[in-house]
Amino acid sequence: MINKEYTSVAEAVADIPDGATVMVGGFGASGSPIELLHALIDHGAKDLTVINNNTGNGEVGLAALIGNGQVSKMICSFPRSSQSKVFPKLYREGKVALDIVPQGTLAERIRAAGAGVPAFYTPTTVNTILAEGKEHRDFDGRTYVMEPWLKADYALIKCEIADPLGNLIFNKTARNFSPLMCMAAETTIVQTKKLVDRGDIDPEHVVTPGIFVNRIIEVTDPVHEDVLIAEGRTYP
Amino acid sequence: MSWNREEIAARAAQDIPDGSYVNLGIGIPELITQFVPEGREFIYHTENGLLGMGPAPSDEDRDLDLMNAGKKYVTALPGAAYFHHADSFSMIRGGHIDVCVLGTMQVAANGDIANWSTGAPDAIPAVGGAMDLVQGVKNIFVVTQHTTKTGDPKLVETCTYPLTGAGVVSRIFTDLAVVDVTDEGFQVVELAPGVSFEEVQKKTGAPILPAGPNNRKRT
Repeated sequence: MINKEYTSVAEAVADIPDGATVMVGGFGASGSPIELLHALIDHGAKDLTVINNNTGNGEVGLAALIGNGQVSKMICSFPRSSQSKVFPKLYREGKVALDIVPQGTLAERIRAAGAGVPAFYTPTTVNTILAEGKEHRDFDGRTYVMEPWLKADYALIKCEIADPLGNLIFNKTARNFSPLMCMAAETTIVQTKKLVDRGDIDPEHVVTPGIFVNRIIEVTDPVHEDVLIAEGRTYP
Repeated sequence: MSWNREEIAARAAQDIPDGSYVNLGIGIPELITQFVPEGREFIYHTENGLLGMGPAPSDEDRDLDLMNAGKKYVTALPGAAYFHHADSFSMIRGGHIDVCVLGTMQVAANGDIANWSTGAPDAIPAVGGAMDLVQGVKNIFVVTQHTTKTGDPKLVETCTYPLTGAGVVSRIFTDLAVVDVTDEGFQVVELAPGVSFEEVQKKTGAPILPAGPNNRKRT
């Protein structure tokens, strides 16, 4: 019988090695898998390349992982936001590298990796500095740039409801990049607010089919980045 | 006399057709939701996976998992839909969004827009979805003050900041005028009350044509 359930977030992230590429679901605070991120801080893997739309907020979650010196490179579309302080400081000090990718291109590169499509053409960035050095090609009279797929060794994902097979349902705009990252990572680790029995999710309601998920951990009362920041919390 | 921020947004809203799917940038564009002309319905798209975005919630109705692309809490109207980021940018890149209204740092007479980076050496680049939006959405409207806080023109001959996209802007709404990007450069569509064409020309960093009975369009 397939059962992807793990008993703790610590156990679920224990094999992430130094130098791994890790996708982290979430858009700003919504959908950020804080418990898995804190488990990765406890685990201590270093020299990570992290893929997320942003770079975390305050001194918890992704920002804390970066602040703990475990991240050598960020791949994201928008590294600075009003509550993002850790990354900008370390970036200016030259302690973490940055690969800036337009948001739609970032999403499609991740989707392409999951779909087995090694590259695609997009009009995004044509005639801008972000297109420099990229292959250009015309289709039907319009110029496009080629973008490669973006894969990862691991994905850390938060969802609302999961079953033991890894079928997932998300909550509102906390979905964002997560279904794409589930497809694109070699090992996808999901924390779910509620773990239900096999058969309890209507097949018509499955957002991410379980084939894209490897490990499930129930975190029944997940903390939210915005709440932690409002409380002035830090991690570790 | 000129238009204030609300009046700029209200004027831009007048030019959005009924039934449009609309993506709004941060700042003055967000005000457009308050000025939807009577009898029209706009459906708002936000990049992070919501079509049918509604106004900000009250504190007690706030859902921490329901945000817009500016990371502000919002609501979902009846008939709304949630989706992942690849679907969201398929709506954008695939040409399904009718109108995008953006703020800007500079916009040029050929429709180039620069609104993501000053290019300063110490600046941390952050592009978000801007480059996808300007390439994919059918109509790119810009709402902005006509000049910077220090009085420099934002409507220029050539952008000096790094481009977000080339030749993509169709219409500009400022505190002084509504301006089209045409094959012959900027052309006034309408002046704000009490504003002269001479004042608009003086505060524009490129030649600008006065409004005519048959304003030229960009082909």
